[in-house]
Amino acid sequence: MNQDLTTALRPAIVMTILFAILLGLVYPLAMTGIGQAIFPGQANGSLVRDGNRVIGSTVLGQAFTSDRYFHTRPSAAGKGYDGLASSGSNLGPTSKALVDRIKTDIAAQRAAGVAGALPADLVTASGSGLDPDLSPAAAYAQLDRVARVRRLDVTRVRSLVAAQVEDSMVGDPHVNVLALNRALDAVR
Amino acid sequence: MTLQGWFLILLFVGILLALTKPMGLWLYALYEGRRTPLHAVLGPVERGFYRLSGIDPTAEQGWRRYAVHMLLFNVALLALAYAVLRLQGVLPGNPQHLGNLSPDLAFNTAISFTTNTNWQSYGGEATMSNLSQMLGLTIHNFLSAATGIALAFALFRGFARREAKAIGNFWADMTRVTLYLLLPICVVYTVFLIASGVPQTLAGVVDVQTLEGARQSILLGPVASQEAIKMLGTNGGGFFNANSAHPFENPTALTNLVQMLSIFLIGFGLTWTFGKAVGNTRQGWAILSAMVILFLAGVTVTYWQEAAGNPVLHQLGVAGGNMEGKEVRFGVPASALFAVVTTAASCGAVNGMLDSFTPLGGMIPLFNIQLGEVVIGGVGAGIYGFLLFAILAVFVAGLMVGRTPEYVGKKIEAREVKLAVLAIAVLPLVILGFTALSSVVQAGLAGPLNKGPHGFSEILYAFTSAVGNNGSAFGGLTANTPYYNALLGLAMWFGRFFVIVPMLAIAGSLAAKKHTPAGAGSFPTTGGLWVGLLVGIILILGGLTFLPSLALGPIADHLAMIRGQLF
Repeated sequence: MNQDLTTALRPAIVMTILFAILLGLVYPLAMTGIGQAIFPGQANGSLVRDGNRVIGSTVLGQAFTSDRYFHTRPSAAGKGYDGLASSGSNLGPTSKALVDRIKTDIAAQRAAGVAGALPADLVTASGSGLDPDLSPAAAYAQLDRVARVRRLDVTRVRSLVAAQVEDSMVGDPHVNVLALNRALDAVR
Repeated sequence: MTLQGWFLILLFVGILLALTKPMGLWLYALYEGRRTPLHAVLGPVERGFYRLSGIDPTAEQGWRRYAVHMLLFNVALLALAYAVLRLQGVLPGNPQHLGNLSPDLAFNTAISFTTNTNWQSYGGEATMSNLSQMLGLTIHNFLSAATGIALAFALFRGFARREAKAIGNFWADMTRVTLYLLLPICVVYTVFLIASGVPQTLAGVVDVQTLEGARQSILLGPVASQEAIKMLGTNGGGFFNANSAHPFENPTALTNLVQMLSIFLIGFGLTWTFGKAVGNTRQGWAILSAMVILFLAGVTVTYWQEAAGNPVLHQLGVAGGNMEGKEVRFGVPASALFAVVTTAASCGAVNGMLDSFTPLGGMIPLFNIQLGEVVIGGVGAGIYGFLLFAILAVFVAGLMVGRTPEYVGKKIEAREVKLAVLAIAVLPLVILGFTALSSVVQAGLAGPLNKGPHGFSEILYAFTSAVGNNGSAFGGLTANTPYYNALLGLAMWFGRFFVIVPMLAIAGSLAAKKHTPAGAGSFPTTGGLWVGLLVGIILILGGLTFLPSLALGPIADHLAMIRGQLF
């Protein structure tokens, strides 16, 4: 046993140092270099610019609360869409706090004129609090309000939404809200 | 449940079955110490590492020496992680100017990453500097995974060798797995992730003025390089608090599929490697069949429950499945599948918040870990955990027919059965003991966010996750307190090494035995009967042990939910 310990001492320490250099420094730094060289846009956060101003990331959700825009989902990240505090609500299905919050959100949707069954994602908080997407149903539910406030034809806005729906066989169909709202702003 | 959802699940299993043999063959080459095409590039690194640390990779070790060398290496890694985290404030690579971690949080986190658990009492973005993520955590993601695979190799040799004293060389196993398996895959994987939108930079925060004119701060960092090994090594510790639900960790449905595949890839391959090592690949397929049956049963329950949704919300006029804590780009099927995959393996990454799952949908992840994470399981840890159950299963079969049990040519005797029970008993002892304690003392009761049975589930889940070295959580629990940091840290250490040492003792004991050829009276360990017995033993042991605790948590929660009772 003692002999086992003494023979292990040097390899344990030296291997820790060597692997720390290889895996803790060389590997991530080399990957950073490769990423910055080949995919600089994505490696730096897929930022969207409007002139000199950075207005967000295509990948990351941001809060939309104005009536002129399609709203993003409720968020539990900080005070909402906080990029430094990603989080879900972590409230369980029998939580009174959860049901009260959802009741408030439902009332807000009804006040905004959304009738019928509510798409679940419209009144639930995402896992990250930074969900960039809505389900197509949740986007269509907001059509009338956005069209009314912008004085646009509903069919026109509907076709804007339809153009933004992305679908793959390995996930659910979704609409990127930032892209949709930018398309909306581009309509003159 | 939708057709598209089931298509995803079957596609997922199909891809893995197709990759099982190629991955198994590659692992077998490493197990045997054979030369691979990658040796041309990385061979000098391997030899250099041995030379500098005074290792003779051909020197075979008995199980005691193998265990001591493995343990001491892990202690050294633990010390490195603890030091980096405690000194974070004065070290470079800290664009957010974050301070040192508290002693209890650094203790917990260092154990967590060394033991392949990756339990996180903290939120990554507000706690860890870029250097800590790289030097403190990424390195452990590699080496804890490599340690697990090395240990599986050692146990394979126990079964495969005849009248042998040694079970391999720990340093050679661990180094080869790191250099010729984990690192090359991660390099390719990282590039894929970056191309898909995962950041990889040393910059910190970017300030954004949103379309509506509000301010948003976006945190960037070396995310992709950590994400790759986090999944492949079944580690699961996220760069961000929200883990793989965060769009920067898992931006698309495709990255989500690849992340799920990479959790299981090595685990699937190792079953084939085991069969090959003991001279009959059907032995490996039999194990994999039992695992896949248990896995699909779990997926079915979780997917069904999540798709059914929360009846309390349906009464309020909300339609559809349970979307609280889930991301739209994944939806219910890909979130339910991810939850079962990550807990069947000992990964613990999450792409949706398990705390907000329906009671029974969230019970399956909990139960998966309580079964010992032997449904595929962590890299290496899954298969050696499973083989402990296989030893018990042949023992039970032997009792039924009244013969000395044998498994893959080795007689299983009292010593092996005692050691296997010892290893398996760690799980219920620590999980139930610590959960019971935390359910009565003030420091424990201060933790849960949710009230009622769901609050108990949060405590039970935390200790289950820690002992099982999983790392996922019912995240509402406030775990960053000295009480939980200390207790969970101990639970992780016990759960890892109190299983490993008896397991290595079994490896040593088996290696010393003669080969016993299968006779007419041997219980066949390849057919459907054997697979059924394995599934039965795992479910009965896990079920009997943990069902009472599940009745107090998720099952009571479910009954409350369908009655519409809130807490």
